[in-house]
Amino acid sequence: MARFIASRLVSLILSLVVASVAIFVVIELVPGDPAGFMLGLNATPEAIAALRAEMGLTDGPLARYLTWTGGMLTGDFGTSYTYKVPVADLVAARLWVSLPLTAYALALSTLIAVPVGLLAASRRGRPADFAVMGATQLGIAVPNFWFAMLLVLVFAITWRVFPSGGFPGWEDGLWPGLRALTLPAVALALPQASILARVMRSALIETLGQDYIRTARAKGLSQGQSVRRHALRNALIPVMTILGLQFSFLLAGAIIIENVFFLPGLGRLIFQGITQRDLIVVESVVMLLVFAVILVTFLVDVAYALVDPRLRRA
Amino acid sequence: MFTRISTSAAVLALMAGSALAQQTDITIGMVLEPPNLDPTGGAAAAIDEVVYANVFEGLTRYTQDGSIAPALAQSWEVSEDGTVYTFMLRDGVSFHDGSAMTAEDVVFTLDRARAEDSTNAQKALFAGIETVEAVDDSTVRVTLSGPDGAFPVKMAWGDAVIVAPESAETNATNPVGTGPFRFSDWVQGDRVELVRNDDYWGEPAALTEATFKFIADPTAAFAAMMAEDVDAFPNFPAPETMAQFETDARFKLILGSTEGETILSMNNKTDTLSDIRVRQAISHAINRQDIIDGAMFGFGTPIGTHFAPHHPDYVDLTGQSAYDPERAVQLLEEAGASDLTLSLKLPPPTYARRGGEIIAAQLREVGIDTEIENLEWAQWLETVFRGKDFDLTIVSHTEPLDINIYARPEYYFQYDNPEFQALMADIEAETDAAARSEMYRQAQRTIADDYVNGYLFQLAKTGVANARIEGMWENAPTQANDLTGVRWTE
Repeated sequence: MARFIASRLVSLILSLVVASVAIFVVIELVPGDPAGFMLGLNATPEAIAALRAEMGLTDGPLARYLTWTGGMLTGDFGTSYTYKVPVADLVAARLWVSLPLTAYALALSTLIAVPVGLLAASRRGRPADFAVMGATQLGIAVPNFWFAMLLVLVFAITWRVFPSGGFPGWEDGLWPGLRALTLPAVALALPQASILARVMRSALIETLGQDYIRTARAKGLSQGQSVRRHALRNALIPVMTILGLQFSFLLAGAIIIENVFFLPGLGRLIFQGITQRDLIVVESVVMLLVFAVILVTFLVDVAYALVDPRLRRA
Repeated sequence: MFTRISTSAAVLALMAGSALAQQTDITIGMVLEPPNLDPTGGAAAAIDEVVYANVFEGLTRYTQDGSIAPALAQSWEVSEDGTVYTFMLRDGVSFHDGSAMTAEDVVFTLDRARAEDSTNAQKALFAGIETVEAVDDSTVRVTLSGPDGAFPVKMAWGDAVIVAPESAETNATNPVGTGPFRFSDWVQGDRVELVRNDDYWGEPAALTEATFKFIADPTAAFAAMMAEDVDAFPNFPAPETMAQFETDARFKLILGSTEGETILSMNNKTDTLSDIRVRQAISHAINRQDIIDGAMFGFGTPIGTHFAPHHPDYVDLTGQSAYDPERAVQLLEEAGASDLTLSLKLPPPTYARRGGEIIAAQLREVGIDTEIENLEWAQWLETVFRGKDFDLTIVSHTEPLDINIYARPEYYFQYDNPEFQALMADIEAETDAAARSEMYRQAQRTIADDYVNGYLFQLAKTGVANARIEGMWENAPTQANDLTGVRWTE
């Protein structure tokens, strides 16, 4: 197990180094000057030059790469060009929205998907299975921003039970925050739940056809017991893979939903950073996300090994 | 179940209604979030839309109708030759941190804005200043290098607000001004909160709290207004839904004009477009009303020159470049310009993207092909504005009284007319109002006669607000949401 973790750690670190170089080079190549953007149409060239110097943009690329990566190692992610506050603070504030939202959406999607997948797999070929397959097909096909707008129309404009968007912050208490995140979480969870339920169903059906399940049944276990004791555990591997992917997707990929509900999440931070050429924010946040994705993949790998002892030797 | 939910919703709405009777807080929707809150260190309109007249004040200020009123200077005198301005400051004004606002702060502000390492986005406003001195605690004398009749107007800009030396460096994140509201909180990406300044020198504001909420998505903006999560949206991003708000008794429309001359800019230095006949042909090929109807849902006033129609000195020159495709074809023939293909580079705003499609179709009618390229703002600034690598582009010039950009030969559309440049220099120096007006009229005619750009329309201000709010600005003489006079009725 220790060797397994060590080998995974090495590849984690290598991936981070490669990613940091790639991100820096891409951002370097993007046209557009942050200082020029900030000062607008009437700015004098001297004012722009003064601002560039203030931002530290006059150094060479290598020096800036080293400052950037060196800073990150010590936990200093630089200062946003436009907001003029430390990037770490910006990200931390956004994470208070993005992490709960992601967790909320994942919890909802798992709560829906696991029982639904179980139901469909155990009623394979019967009406319940067809209903689940049809509904999940629809869930995948419906664009989530459209579904989000529908939710707003019904729950915010017509019934007024949830706000139409925005985020009050957690300092006002748990309930106002959860209330603000409910519609976005539902909008995000529905397509994810549909995918997850289908994966759950096919994984279960596959394991249920395995010899060991037949053996278990032959030993006298009921269908339900054999699913709980043997099939479920084996079917969890593909489900966890999907969950890991969904976590990283939702963390930054919720940008469209963040726009529909005007939530101050990570996705919008990157989007704003790109349009305003707040390059340091873009670099650092993308790097953090890469780190998060790699870390999640690493944790999922470890979790596989915990669930399936055969993988520990790999 | 359904009836129960809707009854309880109705009860909730009723309760909310009675609680709102004494409402003194307001939530204002804005499309763009300000990058920082220091109007002296950035050009973004969103900065002024939050802090101008609310948190920060200048020596003078814009009022709703575009005229200039005294602000921190209660009066001023100008010397005979128009080069020395003496500002008499108001007494008893203090910054939000409690320190007194004195002549020293004014000297500091103006010297900082014109300093070598200044990052003021409108540094040109201060270029004419030679010296600034504090005569006593409440008198400031500004000596200019030449006469400038418009100096009090320049001091009304958001970029010229008075800041204190102690807080100037941190205004970006914690603005400290002298205005009727003080900064309270900024949740980046979501909202800025202001609270009333109870020590304000002037009449205190009726509102006790103001929240600016940032909603970029037009559909979300619509939903937020409809759900009454936002009380007013002064620059509403979904003009196509205005009719719906008009018929809803809960809301009212706030329609007015802005300082935004929206123009089809032409690169006057390219081989084809340096020929005035080609530029004139393009101007005649454009049907302004089609663009206003098609791209702006009917909101906007046609213009025939680079000047705001609501300005008293405006001359209506739309007839000179009236829609006349036959004349356009004829002019192109005279110029020997056949099979023209021009680049049309469009920045992100709707007026440009939608307007660009319509203009491309109209130009095709007279035999000019366009290659449309959509750019982000940062790209547009780099390639079009600074790189001057374009034939045509569409942009709204939102600074007030900015016809003087035509006197800058290096400006992106590269119009170089020494006569016009001399005229602008004369206007700067002229202190007699009537003479200035006449010169402004002349300037408008000159750029119309030279068909420098295609003049499209004046950008409208299309706002929506709760019907019980009064005192919001209808027009936008400068980009601001002045909340000083805003109150809830009932």
